[in-house]
Amino acid sequence: MTGRTRRKGIFARLFRALLFRRATAKIGIYGPPNAGKTTLANQIIHTFADENEDIGTSTEIPHETRRAVRRAGILIDLKKRTLQNLGHNSDENPTTSSGPAPFTPAEAKSKLRLDIVDTPGLATKIDFHDFMAFGLEETEAKKRAKEATEGVIEAIKWLEDIDGVLLLMDATENPYTQTNIVIIGNLEARGIPVIIAANKIDLAEAAPQRIADAFPQHTVVPISALKGDNMDALYREMTRRFR
Amino acid sequence: MSEIKMDLISADKINAMSSMEKLRFVLDGVREGNIVILEGGLTPEEQMQLIELTMTEIGEEFPGIEISGYPAKRGLFNLRKKTRLTVIGPANVMRTIKKDKDLISTIVSAV
Ligand SMILES: Nc1nc2c(ncn2[C@@H]2O[C@H](COP(=O)(O)OP(=O)(O)OP(=O)(O)O)[C@@H](O)[C@H]2O)c(=O)[nH]1
Ligand SMILES: [Mg+2]
Repeated sequence: MTGRTRRKGIFARLFRALLFRRATAKIGIYGPPNAGKTTLANQIIHTFADENEDIGTSTEIPHETRRAVRRAGILIDLKKRTLQNLGHNSDENPTTSSGPAPFTPAEAKSKLRLDIVDTPGLATKIDFHDFMAFGLEETEAKKRAKEATEGVIEAIKWLEDIDGVLLLMDATENPYTQTNIVIIGNLEARGIPVIIAANKIDLAEAAPQRIADAFPQHTVVPISALKGDNMDALYREMTRRFR
Repeated sequence: MSEIKMDLISADKINAMSSMEKLRFVLDGVREGNIVILEGGLTPEEQMQLIELTMTEIGEEFPGIEISGYPAKRGLFNLRKKTRLTVIGPANVMRTIKKDKDLISTIVSAV
């Protein structure tokens, strides 16, 4: 009995490995509005694909991204990244030289091919008055609110096609919000691997530990998507979790 | 002084409804301006569906919902996560000011 089940298990796995091998993992960048999702997507693309290419614009006005955008075929290559770092660090950017420890040879070999999906920020309310406070005209604010509601639905629908999630939170804000809890609950229920990135650690008010305390069962990597701080730790975690 | 209605719904009543009935029931209550409190609460999946449904109804007079709940807890045999309590209200009426695993503090003000 056991032998048969085991053999079946092996065959099933081989079969799956040969036929349904995922060429690329689709990684969704999720989180509340303004967490820095587009900034992170741009940072990843600049590092591993094209330093002049942007997936979208990032602004301080919430719901800037109102359509999910996919950038296909990004190769996360830790070795290349390490070499780049060695080249840059010495004179241009002294702060990162005290960053994460160098990769072990095994880790440095790690590569991960993925598609990045930058999604609109998730929210339970969207009030056009909030956009007017940023100086938008009323008609423009209402249009933006309408598009933002569609964006939220689009982000939720994308979850069905996503293989892994980078969940971004602004480390200067309280992480224990219902939106964050609902996203995490849904990812857990669907068995989608998730890495939480505690963003904006370049700001003095950032408290990434608060995020780790709120979600103790998950991996939390503190980063600055804007400044590029601690990105190596995030890439290393991605190659581990998203393959 | 204007008044705000609060509906406290028992787990039995909620469990007798299908998922869509639950969402419709909650959102209809909230759109009337009520605070809806569900004993036993909504699952994360149901909450996500509620957010989706809410998005299709947001407009100039309805800015969306505020939702707050205790996170689900593992049951005795780790079989299923058990949801607890969920509070839902109109976003322009209810505001969560403090929240942790076992305590929710909100401010409700008439518009
Ligand atoms: N200080 C600091 N600011 C950041 C960082 N990352 C993003 N920001 C800023 O935060 C604001 C929002 O960034 P976005 O990348 O547009 O955020 P988003 O999550 O894509 O927002 P939506 O598309 O509106 O949901 C912008 O003003 C960014 O410059 C960071 O690491 N540090
Ligand atoms: Mg964006």
